Amino acid sequence: MGPERLAFLSVYRQERFSRRGAGFAILVYLDKMATPLVEVRDVHKAFGTFEALRGVDLDIGRGEKVALVGASGSGKSTLCRCINRLETITSGTITFDGQPLPQEGKALAEHRAQVGMVFQAFNLFPHFTALENVTLAPMRVRKLAKADADAEARELLARVGLSDKADNYPAELSGGQQQRVAIARALAMHPQLMLFDEPTSALDPEMISEVLDVMSELANEGMTMLVVTHEMGFARHACDRVCFMDEGQIVEQAAPDDFFDNPQSERAKDFLSKLLHH
Amino acid sequence: MNQIWQMLADNFSFLLNGVLTTVGLTILGFVGALLIGTVVAVFRVSPITPLRVVGTAYVEFFRNVPLLTLLILIVFGLPDIGLLIPLFWCGVLGLVLAGSAFICETVRSGINTISVGQSEAARALGMSFGTQLRLIILPQAFRTMVQPLVNNFIGILIGSSLAAAVGVSDITNVTQQLNIRYAEAVVLFLLSGAVYLVFALGAGRIGSWLEGLVSTSRIGSAR
Ligand SMILES: Nc1ncnc2c1ncn2[C@@H]1O[C@H](COP(=O)(O)OP(=O)(O)O)[C@@H](O)[C@H]1O
Ligand SMILES: [Mg+2]
Repeated sequence: MGPERLAFLSVYRQERFSRRGAGFAILVYLDKMATPLVEVRDVHKAFGTFEALRGVDLDIGRGEKVALVGASGSGKSTLCRCINRLETITSGTITFDGQPLPQEGKALAEHRAQVGMVFQAFNLFPHFTALENVTLAPMRVRKLAKADADAEARELLARVGLSDKADNYPAELSGGQQQRVAIARALAMHPQLMLFDEPTSALDPEMISEVLDVMSELANEGMTMLVVTHEMGFARHACDRVCFMDEGQIVEQAAPDDFFDNPQSERAKDFLSKLLHH
Repeated sequence: MNQIWQMLADNFSFLLNGVLTTVGLTILGFVGALLIGTVVAVFRVSPITPLRVVGTAYVEFFRNVPLLTLLILIVFGLPDIGLLIPLFWCGVLGLVLAGSAFICETVRSGINTISVGQSEAARALGMSFGTQLRLIILPQAFRTMVQPLVNNFIGILIGSSLAAAVGVSDITNVTQQLNIRYAEAVVLFLLSGAVYLVFALGAGRIGSWLEGLVSTSRIGSAR
């Protein structure tokens, strides 16, 4: 049950003696469900004089899985990092769950906790075991008791197929295993949105599918996902929409089959033809 | 020869007090410098500009003023503003101030060896700056800092001999007093030199042992 449903139920229970209240709560709920989880409007991001994002507009609906593709340097990572506010934006707006992104302090940390991020380089904490990597933030940020955090972490590790690796350090795991631990670590914060920034680009070919399988499963369970990827098979089969970025803008977005079979822009055609010739 | 043994025997407890004072100055100075140096290093890497400015000013001042100048200012300057601290603690204070400026730079370069991905992953999980530092960055940074910290320790040990000049009865001060009485400079300063040497070598050994401890652990192979 998603957090929106829970919020709705609690409003509904509080107001259950009043029909108007219940009706109002339903309206609030429906309205909330109708608004996208993420709204990016005319976002610009400059590093010094260089503009990495030049007016990006993007909506991500609740439960939607969006693939973000494009050439290296087109601004895909920067967009992801702006959405969880690892980078500040130069102009434009980003709202998450109807609220503008907080600027600093506790609210910002809470926002980041609601957005899970999986990095190309895994970025596991090398001085903690797989289990500790997963329990750390729930204990220190969500203030969960150790026993509860452990139990949940073991469930998550089982979900990514790593029950037997709980007590291993990252250096003792393969790349694919490390990335799956990283996914479990992000999920442990119960995020509303998962950002994947080229999660399989640093992996040996034989390990790519074990990570993509975990991601597909997550997609099937209804997680909202933004996935930067060069795995076109994944974009086609697990995603609802493909956004193509070029030079800091989203040039084209379409349903995966439409995008791959019938790209509209010259730049998308060019990008896809280069992919096919590899 | 017998005269020398006699001198040493007669002044044994005097000398021992000198040795203990040197040990006390060094250990208190190092521990204080490690604590304050770490805090100043955190200032220097913090996202808050005023803290960074304060941290930089602190390091630039205390690293670039001679320790002896600092000690004289503490011993003769502080009473002028109504602060009368026992001589021993004046020595400790000087060593902490100067030592922390050097240790700050050791800690800061240790922090810089940790990849930005580590703090990004921590931030992405909603950890505050303090939590990140305490749980993710500093524990990894300290592993790379063992040998540089041994150098800082030896610097503080050797620097502690300057406290003799402002009247703290450390081993250097004690041997100088005996030298005035017995005129046995070579023997006496060989003796005090040996105290520093043994102490510094011991610190080096402890450092190597600590380093071995972190690198033979399973975690060591992770980096
Ligand atoms: N911290 C930074 N400082 C300066 N330039 C940056 C920084 N991060 C990214 N860029 C530049 O912004 C552009 C977009 O980068 P990025 O978002 O990483 O692209 P992508 O992920 O699509 O490969 C690149 O030209 C890159 O060099
Ligand atoms: Mg990138």
